[in-house]
Amino acid sequence: MVTATSSLPQAETKAATKSTQLTREKIRAAWIFLTPMILVLLAVAAWPLIRTIWFGFTDARLSVPGSGEWIGFENYLYWLDYGGGDGEWIGILADPTWWRAVYNTVYFTVIAVSIETVLGLIVALVLNAQFAGRGFVRAAILVPWAIPTIVSAKMWDWMLNDQFGILNDLFMMVGLISAPIAWTSSPDTAMWAVIMVDVWKTTPFMALLILAGMQMLPGDIYEAAKVDGVHPVKVFFKVTLPLIKPAIMVAVIFRMLDSLRIFDLIYVLTPNNVQTVTMSVYARQHLFDFDNFAYGSAASTLLFLIIAGTTILYIYAGRVNLSGDK
Amino acid sequence: MANIKLDQVRKSFGKVDVIRGVNLDIKSREFVVFVGPSGCGKSTLLRLVAGLEDITSGTLSIDNQVVNALSPSDRGIAMVFQSYALYPHMTVYENMAFGLKLAKTDPRSIDERVKDAARILQLDPLLDRLPKQLSGGQRQRVAIGRAIVRKPKVFLFDEPLSNLDAALRVQMRIEIAKLHHSLDATMIYVTHDQVEAMTLADRIAVLRDGYLMQFGSPLDLYHHPDNKFVGGFIGSPKMNFLPCDLSGTENGGAVVKTVRNTAVHTTSNPNNHSAGSGYTLGIRPEDLLAGGGRAGDAEIEGEVITIEQLGAETYIYLDLGQEEPLVVKAEGNFSAQPGSHIRVGIPAGACYVFDAEEQALQRPAYN
Repeated sequence: MVTATSSLPQAETKAATKSTQLTREKIRAAWIFLTPMILVLLAVAAWPLIRTIWFGFTDARLSVPGSGEWIGFENYLYWLDYGGGDGEWIGILADPTWWRAVYNTVYFTVIAVSIETVLGLIVALVLNAQFAGRGFVRAAILVPWAIPTIVSAKMWDWMLNDQFGILNDLFMMVGLISAPIAWTSSPDTAMWAVIMVDVWKTTPFMALLILAGMQMLPGDIYEAAKVDGVHPVKVFFKVTLPLIKPAIMVAVIFRMLDSLRIFDLIYVLTPNNVQTVTMSVYARQHLFDFDNFAYGSAASTLLFLIIAGTTILYIYAGRVNLSGDK
Repeated sequence: MANIKLDQVRKSFGKVDVIRGVNLDIKSREFVVFVGPSGCGKSTLLRLVAGLEDITSGTLSIDNQVVNALSPSDRGIAMVFQSYALYPHMTVYENMAFGLKLAKTDPRSIDERVKDAARILQLDPLLDRLPKQLSGGQRQRVAIGRAIVRKPKVFLFDEPLSNLDAALRVQMRIEIAKLHHSLDATMIYVTHDQVEAMTLADRIAVLRDGYLMQFGSPLDLYHHPDNKFVGGFIGSPKMNFLPCDLSGTENGGAVVKTVRNTAVHTTSNPNNHSAGSGYTLGIRPEDLLAGGGRAGDAEIEGEVITIEQLGAETYIYLDLGQEEPLVVKAEGNFSAQPGSHIRVGIPAGACYVFDAEEQALQRPAYN
């Protein structure tokens, strides 16, 4: 009896050391697998980001190689003193064009992503139904998403062309408009032209993400609802929508991140149009066109902060669960 | 409460016939179990009654009203699904109240009904939980509760216990039986587990390949199976089948000659069956007498392949030169060495005889 009680704790200690050794091995294996990924991320994401932020605090120019003196916050906000109490604020934060770009970007994002979410939801509902040739339709609907933005933007540019565009031709033929409209250059229509093309292009993406969420839903609850005699419309709002909300929230995040930094579509479709200048376009103009690399870097830094802030706010407010835990 | 009548009900999915003309007359307040091997059409038949599938031909009436064209919610039924089918984002209370709420039932009456159901099913402490916070048995109770609050004329259960572990299954089985007594409702219950069928049912419908093989009380099916399939399906371990020839009649009972030239007297009535081959002798393991029969019983000898001792009973597997071993159930502990030979008694009254069309010869009850 005495030997039995004394040997028991010993066995336990032995087992404990064995498990910690096992844990250590597991942790080491995890690090071995993670290290390459971390190194790559540091090289392609962290380093350029840090460099951009750093350039934002210098006076670097592309035309003057090797330039780049630390000037603090002067790119962001700086009181230019004319002497005698006279002067003015300069820098990005005092630039109305920048604020116009911020407004344009947010306006574009809110409108475009909202329309895409609603349309995507409708398309997903249609694609979720059983019908002949569903596989083909699912593939076909992805075509706009598969075309490179530059190509589709150019294509739409031609279709929206005020003189040769097919859109004006069609609208004139059915009598919707009496004179050709310069869709992409008129201040009234430029933003809506961009939004329309973006919706055309990214609704399939939205639909596919939401469809994936729908297909995770158990089918039996719909039969239960049928037996309960719940009207299909109510089933959609009370059952389907709450259950696919996580999928929609994630899809909206993806699209939001994308559209807050929209560049290519606007660069091709409506270049140099104040109505549609976005933060990215503004940053690029200063980086390269205006030979003010540091100023552009500062704008990029602000763009990064705005996107990060919006995303954090959205995740927090929408209680989006990105970790996948239940 | 309502009676249910199926008249020549057929169901085809494309070219596949799943239900091939089923007639059933289910009385009000009866507990009927559909049982059969997988793919026999029992779940489809239940879904036809529920209205989740359209009937290809034939008529279905509930409460003397033809309901072929009625939607599930208008049939006065409630269904409990195998996978519970609870709404994952709603609490237990909301799950039970959902259907009523959308049917614009008076909120006070909803609350009363949900609380009543919760009390019957001992769900009171769980009303605020989400389904994912419940165990399998609790989820199944919620699913049953959701059916109860609708106060349906007919309850439909689609293999409700098959996702539960063995101990819980026995417990829930008893609860469902209790529920049937207290609710006094017509219930149809689908299962592939014949123990569930035997213990719960007033009457059992045995299905095979879309045909109704027999419809009767559990003991009726056990003692008087219409055919070889029902004989083999009801009872555990399953009935032994031995090929035999019908050789004559004695005292009104058929005499058959089976393997090893053993003449077996039975109480089955040969009626207008002619002597000859192609018959099958059926004997239940629990009716065979290990170690030898009483006076007048036929006996057969076989080599012991293996024995299984379960304490209360022992199963002995004997080789009679057939494909399947002869299974013998002995009470208590019975020991025999594998490879040794033992004699088994075949009481005349315990024998079933099936003809070449697998139909049973009539026989009086045994025991």
